[in-house]
Amino acid sequence: MDNIGVGSLPIVMLIGLFSGLIMGQQMARALRAYGAQGQIGPIVSITLIRELGPVLVALLVAGRNASGIASELGSMKVTEQIDAMRALGTDPIQKLVTPRLIATSFTLPLLTVIADFLGLIGGYLIANYEFDIRFSQFWTPAWQILEYNDVVQGLVKPFSFAIIVALVGCFYGMRTSGGTEGVGRATTKAVVVSSIWIFIVTYFIGKIFVNL
Amino acid sequence: MSGESAVLRFDDVSLYFGDTPALVHVSFEMGAGETRVVLGASGSGKTMLLKTALGLVKPDSGRIYLFGQDISGLKESDLFDIRSKVGVLFQEGGLFDSMTIGENVAYPLLNQRALYKDRRQPANGNVEERVREALRFVELEQTLDKVPSELSGGMRRRVGIARAVVTEPPLVLYDSPTAGLDPITANTIIALILKERDSRNTATIMVTHRYQDGHLMANFRYNPNSGQIEAAPRNGGDSRVKTKFFVMNGGRLVFAGTQSELRASQDPYVRKFVK
Repeated sequence: MDNIGVGSLPIVMLIGLFSGLIMGQQMARALRAYGAQGQIGPIVSITLIRELGPVLVALLVAGRNASGIASELGSMKVTEQIDAMRALGTDPIQKLVTPRLIATSFTLPLLTVIADFLGLIGGYLIANYEFDIRFSQFWTPAWQILEYNDVVQGLVKPFSFAIIVALVGCFYGMRTSGGTEGVGRATTKAVVVSSIWIFIVTYFIGKIFVNL
Repeated sequence: MSGESAVLRFDDVSLYFGDTPALVHVSFEMGAGETRVVLGASGSGKTMLLKTALGLVKPDSGRIYLFGQDISGLKESDLFDIRSKVGVLFQEGGLFDSMTIGENVAYPLLNQRALYKDRRQPANGNVEERVREALRFVELEQTLDKVPSELSGGMRRRVGIARAVVTEPPLVLYDSPTAGLDPITANTIIALILKERDSRNTATIMVTHRYQDGHLMANFRYNPNSGQIEAAPRNGGDSRVKTKFFVMNGGRLVFAGTQSELRASQDPYVRKFVK
């Protein structure tokens, strides 16, 4: 949990903050054409919490941790540590997969909440310094636009992505063969496949929540 | 010898990976205290023979009896107890990188359920004592708090042997214990295997590329009185009688017999392993 959660925190904070800054900058420019800069708060809020925050953090964690899990388990596989574990009376699923699944499922939603919050701060900084939007003008509509549905969606997604990242990483790690070259292949596959699944699943979860 | 009394029995076992044969109609059996030296080229199925014997890989057909129990169809969770009677040294060592040497050697004592049942939760002190004893056996007691990456290849093999024998199993499998080692270290490893075999009358299967390893296993024994390895008596010493050689080719057991039969074989493939 320390490696997956705390280890990912600095980069997640950075990505969260900059996604808010960038979104604020681009949105404000577009909204100014309609004289609607005041809507920057709700737009940043809803986009980040519903979609961008969970997906960006999940892709980042996929790049960092699905690869880490796959390479770690892959190295164990090719050096026969997993066979040794089985031979010495331990179920590798219980010993290696379950703790990683639990750690990722617990930390990814937390990381997403942190990234969302920092993204909103980034959006506010741009709104305030570049477009002279005051604190309450940004935060009140940004808060009011959010419905229960949005918050649940913003937590269900990272939880689902966590399962994808952990299981895909473990799956390719445990199936590694072909020495160090195989470990490299497993790592690449874990990142690519988990990233693809993140986009597929976010679409379907989004579709379910839009219809609710 | 019936399947029930044999330590290990293979009954027409075959295993394929796609079209590639790993084991083809392999049958043999071995009793307590016996030794099998398995020779063969790379990819001939030697390692798979050991892995199927442990139930790590399931055969496509045939039956494997380990201590009289048919393990061919057992679920992974049901295999743990029977595996506790088998020690294994893997080709790559299989030591856990993230653990110290002491934790590696203690691992089977702390994780094998069957040992817990029999000994009613071995106390921590007892585990440590047995770990030290196993490391003393391979003359590496001083490495207890080191991690595997701090040891040389030969030392890692010796730790692997300590971990394989710490539970005093009646059957020990060694997968290429001397591969990649210099002749002096290789002979030290074989001496440890002989010591383990002869001091506890352990059944042993040793996979190797080196005929010399088999020669040592068949013709030398550990003398517990002198603590030295010595030549077995010429007139039918125990190790000569109980040591048989297997030669594998393309998953098939192409030769099974004593050292003298191996030396007398006219098969060109078999002769390649006799030096």
